[in-house]
Amino acid sequence: MDTNRIDKEILLHAAPSRVWRALTDAGEFGTWFRVKLDAAFAVGRRVTGHVTYPGYEHLTFEVTVERMDPEDYFSFRWHPYAIDLAIDYSAEPTTLVEFRIEAVEGGTLLKVTESGFERIPAGRRAEAIRMNDGGWATQINNIRDHVAR
Amino acid sequence: MSRADALSVSRTSTLSAAQAHAAAPLFAALGDETRLKLVLRLAARGPESIAQLSATSTVSRQAITKHLEILARAGYVRGYRRGREHVWRLQPKRVAIARGYLDQISRQWDDALGRLTQFVEG
Repeated sequence: MDTNRIDKEILLHAAPSRVWRALTDAGEFGTWFRVKLDAAFAVGRRVTGHVTYPGYEHLTFEVTVERMDPEDYFSFRWHPYAIDLAIDYSAEPTTLVEFRIEAVEGGTLLKVTESGFERIPAGRRAEAIRMNDGGWATQINNIRDHVAR
Repeated sequence: MSRADALSVSRTSTLSAAQAHAAAPLFAALGDETRLKLVLRLAARGPESIAQLSATSTVSRQAITKHLEILARAGYVRGYRRGREHVWRLQPKRVAIARGYLDQISRQWDDALGRLTQFVEG
């Protein structure tokens, strides 16, 4: 497994124009992504917003749009897994998120790529895991207790 | 991204008796505060010399060396010479951490794209 990028592909039963709107219209994006954006997406613009996922409304969302080629390609940069309010992520490396739209029979093939994880410090990755439901440090304790029995 | 999604994911793991037996020394090596700190530090900052590792620690250089040797026997770290220094680096954990992290973000994308599908097809 490549630990430096994520690739996703999904076939949507909708026209490319529909998918483009869902990706790039701030209101539509926010509906499925669960974020309330403060501004529209525009090339070069830093867009902020608030997470609307129940229980996590205190988190902010921030991306900088890189490219928008209508019904073809949309990309932005952000800080992956920036969920710790005590940390200022602004000086840290970003990852690049790219959406590629392809018209196919019966709908649209959407390819999503997030790349640049090699620039994210290992310590930050470990921290992100720790924050996931107790994380690996807790798991280690659990297993240690388990095997000690 | 709905970063919050990953927080709701819980993983449970079960170990067979044989696996647990094999795994016990691995976890025992981490069952010490100083050693856990050393692992986390090497994960965060990359390879460091004994001098660097003991500079900010209240534990003696000699004790740090002993802890690193225990970690090395469990395969978490490896020591090598860099000029006149003895430098230690993290071994498999780093890869495990990187994979776990990407797995998590990958699941977030799966969830988000699931919602996108419902949104545009609904």
